[in-house]
Amino acid sequence: MYKYDPIDQQIVNERVAQYRDQTRRYLAGELTDEEYRPLRLQNGLYIQRHAPMLRIAVPYGLISSKQLRKLGDIAKKYDRGYGHFSTRQNLQLNWPKLEDTPEILAELATVEMHAIQTSGNCIRNITTDQFAGIAPDEIIDPRAIAEIMRQWSTFHPEFALLPRKFKIAVSGTEKDRAIVQAHDIGLEFYKDVQGQMAIKVWVGGGLGRTPILGTVIREHLEWQHVLSYCEAVIRVYNIHGRRDNAYKARIKILVKALGIEEFKRQVEEEWAHLKDGPLTITQNELDRVAKYFEPMPYKTLPAHDAAFDAAVASNPAFAAWVKRCVQPHRVPGYRAVTLSLKPHGKAPGDITSEQMHVVADLADAYSFGELRSSHEQNLILADVQVSDLFAVWEKAREAGLATPNIGLLTDIICCPGGDFCSLANAKSIPIAEAIQMQFDNLDYLYEIGDLELNISGCMNACGHHHVGHIGILGVDKDGSEWYQVTVGGKQGNDASIGAVIGPSFSAEEMPGVVQRLIEVYVRERQDDERFIDTVRRLGVAPFKAHVYAEKETA
Amino acid sequence: MSQLIQLAADGQASIVADTWTRIVPPAAGEESVRKQAGKVVLFKLTGEQTYTAEQIANTEIPATGKILVPLTIWQARKAELQSRLAAGELGIILATNETAEALQAEFTDLNTLPLIAVFVERFADGRIFTLGNWLRTRFGFKNELRAIGDVLRDQLFFHKRAGFNSFLIRADRSAEDALASLNDFSQPYQGGVADVPVWRRVNRA
Repeated sequence: MYKYDPIDQQIVNERVAQYRDQTRRYLAGELTDEEYRPLRLQNGLYIQRHAPMLRIAVPYGLISSKQLRKLGDIAKKYDRGYGHFSTRQNLQLNWPKLEDTPEILAELATVEMHAIQTSGNCIRNITTDQFAGIAPDEIIDPRAIAEIMRQWSTFHPEFALLPRKFKIAVSGTEKDRAIVQAHDIGLEFYKDVQGQMAIKVWVGGGLGRTPILGTVIREHLEWQHVLSYCEAVIRVYNIHGRRDNAYKARIKILVKALGIEEFKRQVEEEWAHLKDGPLTITQNELDRVAKYFEPMPYKTLPAHDAAFDAAVASNPAFAAWVKRCVQPHRVPGYRAVTLSLKPHGKAPGDITSEQMHVVADLADAYSFGELRSSHEQNLILADVQVSDLFAVWEKAREAGLATPNIGLLTDIICCPGGDFCSLANAKSIPIAEAIQMQFDNLDYLYEIGDLELNISGCMNACGHHHVGHIGILGVDKDGSEWYQVTVGGKQGNDASIGAVIGPSFSAEEMPGVVQRLIEVYVRERQDDERFIDTVRRLGVAPFKAHVYAEKETA
Repeated sequence: MSQLIQLAADGQASIVADTWTRIVPPAAGEESVRKQAGKVVLFKLTGEQTYTAEQIANTEIPATGKILVPLTIWQARKAELQSRLAAGELGIILATNETAEALQAEFTDLNTLPLIAVFVERFADGRIFTLGNWLRTRFGFKNELRAIGDVLRDQLFFHKRAGFNSFLIRADRSAEDALASLNDFSQPYQGGVADVPVWRRVNRA
C-alpha cells in the first residue's frame, strides 16, 4: 500500500497544527459556530446528538495492521472502545470530545492517517472495490490513480468550498463493486483497443434526497488526463451548481437541469483549456505511485489443498463460512476472506478495540499485514493462503468475526441512524438488529440466498437504501419514527433505484414486513432466481399486495 | 490599523494602507431578504442580478481619488467613469455571482485595470476561487487581484493559491493574526495558479 514520503508526512503534520489552532480559536470564542463548521467538517468532525463524531479517512479502503491497532488504541483512549466502519470505507468514532480531536489527529498522523475531507462541501474520500488488485475479474488496478487523485484533491485550492459534497469512486473490474453510477463522478477503468489504460467517466449520480444514477459523459478518457478532466467537471459545477438550496446543490441536479449534452459541452470547453497542461499525469508519477501497489510476494502454490478440502467436507460450520466469507483470488492457492462485522443483533459495521487488535494480528500472520474495508461495512483479509483458512476461521470465530452471512439478508448495510446522528429522522441500528434476530437461522438465510438489505435513517442515504434489493428509509411523520420500504434497487453494472411499495411502517412492524417480502419471493421464485431477479421479473405489485394484505387482516 | 494584506512580487506578505475607496450602492428596499420555501436564501446564483437599477442610479461616486466600483455600476455609468479609467483611478469589483466573461466584455485588455476585486458575500462561497483562477490563467490579468467581503484567515491559503495577491480581512478580525494562515502548508500536493503539481515541482522518487 502507499507509504508516505516526507512531503506527505509534512502535509498531515501541518494539517494537525492548522486544525489545532482553529479549534483553539473556536474554543476561545474567536471563531463563530458558522465559521468553525466547515473547518471542523473538513477534518471529519460532526457535532452529533450525544457527542461529536469523528470520521477518519481510510483512503480507498486500504489500511495496514499498524494503522488498525492505532485506531483500536485511539478508540479505547478517547472513545468507548469501539469504532464504526461507514459505507464510504471510513472509520467513525461516536464519542470523542471536541477538545481531544486535535490530539487524536496528531496520533493518527504518526501512522500516516488523517481525517482530511471526510466531510464538508469538498471532494471526499475516493472509494473503490475492496478486492482491488486481487479480484479475478479485475482489468485494471485503479488504486495508483486513486492515490494520485487523493493527493490532487487534498486541500485543492479551487474546490475547498463547493456547493455541496463531492464523491468520486473508481473501479477497474468487469463486475462493478464500487457503485460508480451512484457517485458525483464515477471512473470505470478498462483497456482500450490499443491495450492502453482508459477510463469511462460517469457523472451526476448520487443517492440522497433525489436518487439518480449517473450518465456517461465520456466513453474514452486516456488516464493521463483524468485530473484535468475531473478539474473541468468540478469547475463547471463550482460556478453553476446551486448554492441557494442545499437539497438541490449536488452536481446531479445541475446535470439534470442543463441536460447531459449541454453539461458535457461546457465541460469540454473548459477541458480544452486544461488538457495537456501541468495536470497531465506523467508516466514517472504513475510509476512512482504504482510501485506501492505491486502484487504481494506470493508463493507458488497448488490450486487445491487436501487438508482444506477435508475440513470443508467434514465441518459444516467451516464449510458454511467458506461458502459465504471466502472470495476468489487471482493467484492460485490464495483467497480473500471477509470478516463479518454483522453478527446478528449487533450494530452493523461496529468493531471493538479488542477486535481491531485481533484483526491486525490476523493480517500480520496471514495476509501481508494489510486489510481492506468495504462499503458493505466489513473487513477483508485480501491475501490468505488456502491452507491457512481453517486457522483464520478459528481465530475469527473466537473474536465474533466469522458470522457466515456475507451477501445474505443479515449482512445489512446500515448508517448510524438516530441513535447517534443528528441528521437522522429515525433510528436504523435497532431495525437492523431486529431484522437480524428475525432471520437468526442460517439454514433459512441460505435458502433465501443472495440478498442486499440497506437501511438509512434519513434521506441523506448514508445506508444507500436506494440500491438495496430491499431498502429501508427512516422518515419522520409528525415527530414519530416511520419506515418506508423499497424493493428492486441494485448496485453494480446494472444498477437500479428501488421502488417504494407503499405507506410506511412502524419500527415494530419492520421485521414482519421483511418476512412477508421474503415469503413472496420464496413462493414466486423460479429455478435459482435471486430475490432481485424475482422483483425485476414480477414488479412491485405482488410484494405490495402480500405485505399490505397481511397488514389489513392483522 | 489597516485590514489589507498584500503580497509583494517575491510572495512576502505585509499589511499596507488601503489607497482605494470602495463604492457601495445604497441598500435595496424590502427585496433584500430573499426567501425560498420559507428559508432565507444566502447565495445569489451565477448570472443573478447584483444591484437594481435604482441602487445603481443612487450610488454616490466621489469626484477624486482611486475608486473601486462594482461591475454593474461601471456597466450602467461608464461614460462618467471613463476619465477615471484613463487616469488609472478605476478598479472593478466582480461579485461571485457575476462572470469573468462579463468583465472581459467590458475591458478587452483587463490589464488596463490596476485592480480587480472579487467580492465574496459569504466566506463559504467557493466560486471566488474559480474566478480568481480564471482571471489569472484564462484572461491573463497581471495586476492586483484582491479578495474582499467575508474574507477570513482560514480561507487565505486557498485565496492565495487561486491567484489573489491582496486580501481585505473582514473588519472585525485581525489582519495581523491572519498573516500566519498564508503559510499553513509549505509543499501543497496539487498545482495552483502560480505553481505546478508537486510531482513536477520536486523529485519524489
